[in-house]
Amino acid sequence: MKNKNNKALGPFFSLITDLPGGGKAFMGILLAVALYTVIGNTLIPESSFAHVPTYMVTLMGKYLCYALLALSVDLIWGYCGILSLGHGAFFSLGGYAMGMYLMRQIGDRGVYGNPELPDFMVFLNWQELPWYWSGFDNFFVAALMVMLVPGLLAFVFGWFAFRSRVTGVYFSIITQAMTYALLLAFFRNDMGFGGNNGLTDFKDLLGFDLRSDGMRLGLFVGSAVAVALGYLICAFITRSKFGRVLIAIRDAESRTRFTGYRVEFYKLSVFVISAVLAGIAGAFYVPQVGIINPSEFSPANSIEVVIWVAVGGRGTLWGAVLGAVLVNWGKSYFTGAFPEAWLYLLGGLFVCTTLFLPKGIVGTVPEWWAKIKLRLGRFKPDLIQTGKGDM
Amino acid sequence: MEMKVVAKPIAKESSILYLDGVSVSFDGFKALNDLSFVVQPGEMKAIIGPNGAGKTTMMDVITGKTRPDTGEVYFKDATDLTRLDEARIVNLGIGRKFQKPTVFESHTVFDNLELSLKGNKSPFATLFSKLSADDALKIEDTLNTIRLTDRKDWLAGNLSHGQKQWLEIGMLLMQDPELLLVDEPVAGMTDAETVETADLLRLIAKTRSVVVVEHDMEFVRSLQCKVIVLHEGHVLAEGSLDKVANDPEVIDVYLGR
Repeated sequence: MKNKNNKALGPFFSLITDLPGGGKAFMGILLAVALYTVIGNTLIPESSFAHVPTYMVTLMGKYLCYALLALSVDLIWGYCGILSLGHGAFFSLGGYAMGMYLMRQIGDRGVYGNPELPDFMVFLNWQELPWYWSGFDNFFVAALMVMLVPGLLAFVFGWFAFRSRVTGVYFSIITQAMTYALLLAFFRNDMGFGGNNGLTDFKDLLGFDLRSDGMRLGLFVGSAVAVALGYLICAFITRSKFGRVLIAIRDAESRTRFTGYRVEFYKLSVFVISAVLAGIAGAFYVPQVGIINPSEFSPANSIEVVIWVAVGGRGTLWGAVLGAVLVNWGKSYFTGAFPEAWLYLLGGLFVCTTLFLPKGIVGTVPEWWAKIKLRLGRFKPDLIQTGKGDM
Repeated sequence: MEMKVVAKPIAKESSILYLDGVSVSFDGFKALNDLSFVVQPGEMKAIIGPNGAGKTTMMDVITGKTRPDTGEVYFKDATDLTRLDEARIVNLGIGRKFQKPTVFESHTVFDNLELSLKGNKSPFATLFSKLSADDALKIEDTLNTIRLTDRKDWLAGNLSHGQKQWLEIGMLLMQDPELLLVDEPVAGMTDAETVETADLLRLIAKTRSVVVVEHDMEFVRSLQCKVIVLHEGHVLAEGSLDKVANDPEVIDVYLGR
């Protein structure tokens, strides 16, 4: 089954047609939600209850960015057992790269009206643009940096960590340290990234007004496409032999090594891919929320991502997306309705997930369903034992 | 080098595995102390010894997990194993079975064997690899050898303890190794499974060199091979099981207890 060729449809479509049932359903739902949002925002009149207001479009776009970040964490945690508690750093770096481009787009429309320097540099009495800002007025350079900077950091960090065989909780702790170190560094005005205030007051993206309804919808659609492509890439990776090696590493690292695989290369490859996905998520996030500042590096943010994935179900990919959207929808609601209670709710959610839903929603609900079926006497035991069920 | 070969009673030429004067210490504790022995191609050897005799450390040294403080470890007379990492050594043709059966529990039996196939194991190669008809046949062959054909679609985690041991041996066979290191293959097996495992190892030893570490004397006897007795990281005696079993020193440290 796995090697069924769909040559007639081309390699891209075979990515979709080879998906398991759950994956196809996920792609279908994503497409339906995206289509409805576009139609609901543009074609359905504001007076109708089916209308999707623009603030809702942006909110959903933001959730989709979180979803892509969750996907990137699930790829390494769910499939390779690498628990990164610093993925917010890659997300933020991608966001900063995009933010730098957006800053350059402001031109002379800043408060100080300086055509060469962003406001915060004028405020700091800087005379010229630092070398690492050069090129960021070009969208393609910025887009490249969105992927390159997180990818490079992940490569260097992973190279040292995986080669020294740092695993488990030790790895998690140093990823926390990494994001915390970046938080402190980006707080400094001398770094040239706006210090405490970060980058904000954006005007245009590719020449279009960021606040226009069309741009907001465009960013939402872009985020949806990014999640869809990210999902397809992750699904392709995890369903290949490479993906089976990742699971082998997760379950029995030394057996994998003694089967002749260079475990550190595998971990490094997937860690870099994951960091790039997180960076792209950050790049879509920043123009939609209109600001990027050092607090995005805060260790708590990265831990929250892990909770989304755990709630949705790790090692399932679309469970990560579901978890990110559900938890963040809950966060939007509860921080509005009961602002003091939110952190307790989040902590409680994690405890309850660990206790009652160890495999997350996507992993546990089918198990319950199987149990119900067993009670009804229509259960076929070979489905569980052979592992032939849907992923 | 020449001098050494003359001085030692053991020959390095034509050997498949050659250990000479290997010592390893952990925080002052000598796990291996001047350990020397040779395995010839096609030979099966059983290594016995009390707990802490250095059996697992010896396996670690041969497979590149632990670097010896001193001594030489050569594969096929030419390759210095002390300079290579685990993955390189596996791909040279040395397979290792762990004491505790270790298989990929959330993969099917078939996938476990597929992952163990000999071939290019770089990340890029596996990302785009497809199972060839030849390889599928090899997997079917091995499934027959390890008697798991009717379990091939089972998740490895659902196998019995004995079946996991066989699966792990099967995974070693997929790598087509010239030398197999097998650590306590019958620990925790039923009597019937133990007999079958002895048959399996004797079958494997017809085409490959095998080193078995084992506690179970009945099992070692059924292997009908030469025995090395290890004690405090050193070879105490070597020969047939009957010969070493009557050695007064061996009786004193191990069998007599």
